[in-house]
Amino acid sequence: MNDQIIIAIGREFGSGGHKIAKKLAEELGLDFYDRRMLDDLAERKNIKIEFLEKYDEEPRKFFGARSVDARTKSYSNSIEEIIAEMQFEYIREKAEKGESFVIVGRCAEEVLKDKKCLISIFILADFEDKVKRTMEKFGIDEKEAIAKNKRHDKTRKKYHNVHSDGKWGDSRTYDICVNSSRLGLDGTVDILKKYIGQRICE
Amino acid sequence: MIAKAIALIIFCVMFILIISDKIERHKVTLVCGGLTLILVFGLAMHSLSAVITTLNIKTVFTENFWYCAHNSSETSTGINWSTIIFIFGMMVMVEGMAKAGFFRWLCMRLAKLVHYRPVPLFIVFMVMAAVLSMFIDSITVILFLAAITVELAQLLKFDPVPMIISEIFCANLGGSATMCGDPPNIIIGTSLHLTFGDFLTNTGFIAGVCLIVTIIYFYIIYRKKLVAAEGNEIDISAMPDPKSAIVSKKNFAISCIIFACAVAMLVSHAKTGLTVAFIGTFIAIVTLVAEGKEAFTLLKKVDYKTLMFFVGLFIVVGGLEQTGLLEDIAGVIEAVSGGHIMAVTAIIIWVSAVASAFVDNIPFAATMIPVISSLAETTGININVIAWALSMGTDIGGSATPIGASANVVGTSVAAKNGHIISWGEFCRSAVPATLIVVTVSMIIIFARYC
Repeated sequence: MNDQIIIAIGREFGSGGHKIAKKLAEELGLDFYDRRMLDDLAERKNIKIEFLEKYDEEPRKFFGARSVDARTKSYSNSIEEIIAEMQFEYIREKAEKGESFVIVGRCAEEVLKDKKCLISIFILADFEDKVKRTMEKFGIDEKEAIAKNKRHDKTRKKYHNVHSDGKWGDSRTYDICVNSSRLGLDGTVDILKKYIGQRICE
Repeated sequence: MIAKAIALIIFCVMFILIISDKIERHKVTLVCGGLTLILVFGLAMHSLSAVITTLNIKTVFTENFWYCAHNSSETSTGINWSTIIFIFGMMVMVEGMAKAGFFRWLCMRLAKLVHYRPVPLFIVFMVMAAVLSMFIDSITVILFLAAITVELAQLLKFDPVPMIISEIFCANLGGSATMCGDPPNIIIGTSLHLTFGDFLTNTGFIAGVCLIVTIIYFYIIYRKKLVAAEGNEIDISAMPDPKSAIVSKKNFAISCIIFACAVAMLVSHAKTGLTVAFIGTFIAIVTLVAEGKEAFTLLKKVDYKTLMFFVGLFIVVGGLEQTGLLEDIAGVIEAVSGGHIMAVTAIIIWVSAVASAFVDNIPFAATMIPVISSLAETTGININVIAWALSMGTDIGGSATPIGASANVVGTSVAAKNGHIISWGEFCRSAVPATLIVVTVSMIIIFARYC
């Protein structure tokens, strides 16, 4: 493996995947990209950030957009798809520049699948732990947390599967899948650091 | 009865799948076409003749398909090979023109001609969108025009969205003016054996009047933004040189000549007797010969998916036609309208416009042709009058929403990719009233002229 390293982390809602990704980036001294890449995009494209946030990691609606093939390219006017494509371009550009980073979601394991320096990870957790974490984070009751978890996971799955050949959360899509409930967030970070270290040495 | 039910189910499933856009539309129509052949014609009707009529292959080998000295009153059924071959030929020609840099050069040349001033640019680009779309598919026109508009907007510091929405509207309007402007018109024209001149003197006249109305309308609603942009300082030296768009002078000259030939052949085809299938084939061959070694690369760029889409679509519509379902629909329209010409025309134009605003206007037009043929037969109304209503309704109706026509999708997509996201609200706020006005004007002209 060369000097560049890109770690793409997919995650279930409430699994602690985002925290794990952030900690990994800090401990490995890598740049970290998540929702905040939208700030950069908003400035670059001169689009309101609220607008980008509204459609971030959202699957395309059933009605309201179409795709048209023209001159060997496909043109879609789905805002969700266009914003997803902007983010994919952003990720590709960073990767092409030789930057090393940790990225959360955004189908990065698919977008950068041709990169040899890519390590793809999926973080899952036991449902009870996910609900508990959601309740604590958002200050909501169990019923609401369950609904929120289900809703977000459904959206992420739809978004991912539209843009990727591999299925969301399917072990065959990623290099490694870890259940954060087994070792806790810190324990998961440690095991992933060991795995990444081993891969870098290859 | 079973055959009708199966044909209707297949048609509805096809439409829903096309709207959902989950599966590529050519795959949808081809599979549905295959199901029509097997389930409707095979299992339900046990009719080999229905299969043969719908596949319509024999027609390609007849003289009339390539050369038709006299007007035929017969309505084509099944796969409309003339449409497919003509569209193929135009695709090859347009690809050659685009490769030579024709469209970019034209846009830049016109922009320079009006000294890059926003208001004249706004009007000139609208007129150009309409005129080019009379002969070239509106997708290609908007693809280049929207890209140049965004580029100029960045340099001249104005909001390109009003201009792009107006250009899209005019491209769709221009497409309604001629037989080759928009796929529904090609289907209508080839099915009903109408000529380029028939369209130009009828829908062309209506589109011309509507273009004036459209330019006034869009100028009024966007004048504040446009006038504000007029105040911006323009550094003409920073503008891209139109000549820089020309990739190869030789290819550019050849593509201009081929385009001029195509226009001349289309305009005169009623006199020469050459059919659109012949013109399409001829133009494709000439373009490929002119391309020489590059011909194969050019051929690879042709959008075969769209051609396959047409094949499948015509089979599914053939299923509806052979089972008599479309005659039933015609019967309903006749009953509702009482067979009165004004009522029939109004129903056709408005139903077409509303439907085309939300669903692809190509399958809609293809489905409606047997309906209007049947209507004309039973009510005694001149079929051409209903055809003009169908043409204007489908072509203009598609302008109302971002998904109504392919040009809308491409235009809004190009704008969004460059950071100018056009929401449904923003698009419809100006496009819906424009559509309502233009459809009303079209209807009034049809009433005044033919009823």
